[in-house]
Amino acid sequence: MRNINLVIVGGGPAGLAAAKAAYDAGERDILILEREAELGGILNQCIHNGFGLHTFKEELTGPEYAARYITEVINRNICYKLNATVIDVSNSKVVTYVSAEDGLVQLQAKAIILACGCRERPRGAINIAGMRGAGVFSAGTAQKLVNIDGYLPGKEVVILGSGDIGLIMARRMTFEGAHVSAVVELMPYSSGLNRNIVQCLNDFDIPLYFSHTVVDIKGKDRVEGVVIAQVDEKLQPIKSTERLIPCDTLLLSVGLLPENELAKNAEVQLSNTTGGAVVDENLMTNVDGVFECGNVLHVHDLVDFVSAESENAGKCAVDYINGIAPCRDKTVISCTNGVRYCVPTVLNRDEHYAPQSFKMRVANVFKKVELAVLADGVKIYGRKRPVVAPGEMENITLTAEQMQTLKQAKTVEITLIKGEVK
Amino acid sequence: MKDIIIIGGGVIGCGIARELARYQADITVLERGNDVSVGTSKANSGIVHGGYDAKPDTLKAKYNVAGNAMFDELSRELDFPFRRNGSMVLCFDEKQIDGLTELLNRGLKNGVKDMYIVKGNAEVKKLEPYVSDNVVAALVVPTGGIVSPYEMTVAYAENAAVNGVEFRFLSEVTSVKKDKDGFTVTCADGYTERAKIVINAAGVYADVINNMVCKRKLNIVARKGDYVLMDKTCGYLADHTMFQLPTKMGKGVLVTPTTHGNILVGPTATDVDDKDDVNTTADELNEAFAKASLTVPSLARRNIITQFSGLRAHLDLDDFVVGESEVQGFYNVAGIESPGLSAAPAIAVDVALNVANKLGLKQKPHFEAKRKGIPQFSKLSNTEREKLIDQNPLYGKIVCRCEVVTEGEIVDSIRRPVGAKDLDGVKRRTRAGMGRCQAGFCTPRIMEIIARELGLDMADVTKRGGESNVVVGKTK
Repeated sequence: MRNINLVIVGGGPAGLAAAKAAYDAGERDILILEREAELGGILNQCIHNGFGLHTFKEELTGPEYAARYITEVINRNICYKLNATVIDVSNSKVVTYVSAEDGLVQLQAKAIILACGCRERPRGAINIAGMRGAGVFSAGTAQKLVNIDGYLPGKEVVILGSGDIGLIMARRMTFEGAHVSAVVELMPYSSGLNRNIVQCLNDFDIPLYFSHTVVDIKGKDRVEGVVIAQVDEKLQPIKSTERLIPCDTLLLSVGLLPENELAKNAEVQLSNTTGGAVVDENLMTNVDGVFECGNVLHVHDLVDFVSAESENAGKCAVDYINGIAPCRDKTVISCTNGVRYCVPTVLNRDEHYAPQSFKMRVANVFKKVELAVLADGVKIYGRKRPVVAPGEMENITLTAEQMQTLKQAKTVEITLIKGEVK
Repeated sequence: MKDIIIIGGGVIGCGIARELARYQADITVLERGNDVSVGTSKANSGIVHGGYDAKPDTLKAKYNVAGNAMFDELSRELDFPFRRNGSMVLCFDEKQIDGLTELLNRGLKNGVKDMYIVKGNAEVKKLEPYVSDNVVAALVVPTGGIVSPYEMTVAYAENAAVNGVEFRFLSEVTSVKKDKDGFTVTCADGYTERAKIVINAAGVYADVINNMVCKRKLNIVARKGDYVLMDKTCGYLADHTMFQLPTKMGKGVLVTPTTHGNILVGPTATDVDDKDDVNTTADELNEAFAKASLTVPSLARRNIITQFSGLRAHLDLDDFVVGESEVQGFYNVAGIESPGLSAAPAIAVDVALNVANKLGLKQKPHFEAKRKGIPQFSKLSNTEREKLIDQNPLYGKIVCRCEVVTEGEIVDSIRRPVGAKDLDGVKRRTRAGMGRCQAGFCTPRIMEIIARELGLDMADVTKRGGESNVVVGKTK
């Protein structure tokens, strides 16, 4: 078995940024394993613009954003394998991958960064009744068919869920000559970015129905229509509001799930809230030397944040390889009063005090709130927000001094103050 | 003129075809779908019943017990997934324990072996730790088993084809006429063929076929059952197939592992008018899940990966009809609802023997009884995997990540005799697209492979034949 210092599982935005940062921190023995035929991950099919505003201060398309990081990786001569699928990661950090070229290969790694992204929630997971013919796609599958393969999934489209991919696909299908008759959202608010609602729906007069869902799918071989209905405050469909929308295609944009099957094999502890690993501020999981970053850790809405997070993971992985011992004493960050989760999930009670970013999502739409960090119940950071929503990730950065207070505290809490529900 | 035409490519039709393939005869299977196992055989509980449930002295009882005993050898011979995991009937009310004794006695009459009753929640939990605290006793049936019904049907069909049986698809039979030395069978597409023997194994349509020929009419009601399939991550929640003892409130649902390690719950039971109606409804899915939660309370909705429904061919006679009808040479195998899958191997052998005697058929000198299934990459050891990739690099290309299915397996499923032609056909044979992402990632890749292997345009690739094209055409 070959020994290697750092294996990065996934050559998408997270894996690329982690590799670049690990190299820049001095590590040279790095291997990126990518299952697709090209580096870049899901960015390759995101041909719309809007990427890179934070990282590069300009608006790039997905493939352009990916290309910048791919260039960084290639310029550094970092090794990568394409068409190589990792089928197992063990608790002792043995990575097993297969590819047509190499066959089955096992590597003993010193550190592993899991950067394998997320998958879309399928129809079955949300229990839509009805027929099961062709024409029901998750939005990302439709996006791949249109943008990569050049095929149109359908001509009359209804989209369930107002996640970003669904919104983007509403516009994309319209550009390709399809007619999108409705975007239907179960919640009274969108889980997508506001800019996408404006640019992808409003600009094309595509109606967005909040508090509605699809209750039935018609058509034997192929979708012929969907029945939508309004839902009550318990999210139950109201029978009297049911109406049929004729269509040949239903796209689903109903959530993304971090893909943590490999992490489970490695006995990585997962969070029930994010579906990703429980990590400390170094993005290390409970398994020493196994790190997570990007959408496998928690679903981001901007790739720029994925890159920043992953660069941190790359740097911390090198620290680990270089022998900086993991801290065993941890404080669990508690999220209260409408804060759904926070990454990192735990803090090391060590004496390493550096500026640290915290990313979090709220559980509902709240107006005029203060996002606060409490150390032993005392506010050490507060940020007033006119409105916070589940679809927009909140990102705060604490100073080294604030981190010192936090790391020395017995309890750490992230909370919303004076939250009033919309 | 053919010797034998079999109408229907489900587990019964394919099973009979395979058993008849032992003989020197010219046999054709006519199937209205574009693949085998596209009706009742693809969507059912996948249970090999012990045989305690059927009324004694019925064909259901006879064939169930006989069929059950054949599964170990048959599954080895034809290489399809089968496991004798044992069944349990759970009782939730002290007052109803007699009901278990009744089932046990019925089982004894039917010839079911090794059954016993365990009493007390703690004792039941020793067998099934995640069962509800409300279970007070259980009938344990060690001979109960689970099978992958579509893989079994495909195995039968492939083995029949290798031994010379012809399969003709998209062949909906519209008329069967008796004349003095046989039958003339006509299909919707104009195909006409004569045969000495016609075997009606048309599932929910067996009454329609029968009524074309026989004076004694049959009436089959399609009884729909909705199922919920759960992720493998909760597969540990059930080892036995767990039924609920029927009460005044109804028949209950089962909770069972599948041969691939998922948990399956269901079915509901609704009579439907349309024999193609496999619509799932929200009410039935909720009902199936709610009832299953009575058996295993920790089943969580978030682990649901898909739902489906299947039709059972319920005959108002309440027993199977198997054998030659009043019309010489016309055989019925009708009303094959539960325990039809368990009974299938015994029915197949019985009908084949009967027909062979009738026609005075001779055994083939070189019948190939064994069939080797598609190598399943996910189930192999690393050494076996290495060897396989070395022989065929396509086994190193993983297409379906959730179920770890390689391009090699997908290509094999298409190139085999009676091979896959569409996404669902590939899925039934390889499990590609059956996992937790439900084909989100692999659909475009599998479409490409199907198009390449069958020389189709991408726009002509279907989900399951007919008008089920996945895409409508090229983009602008």
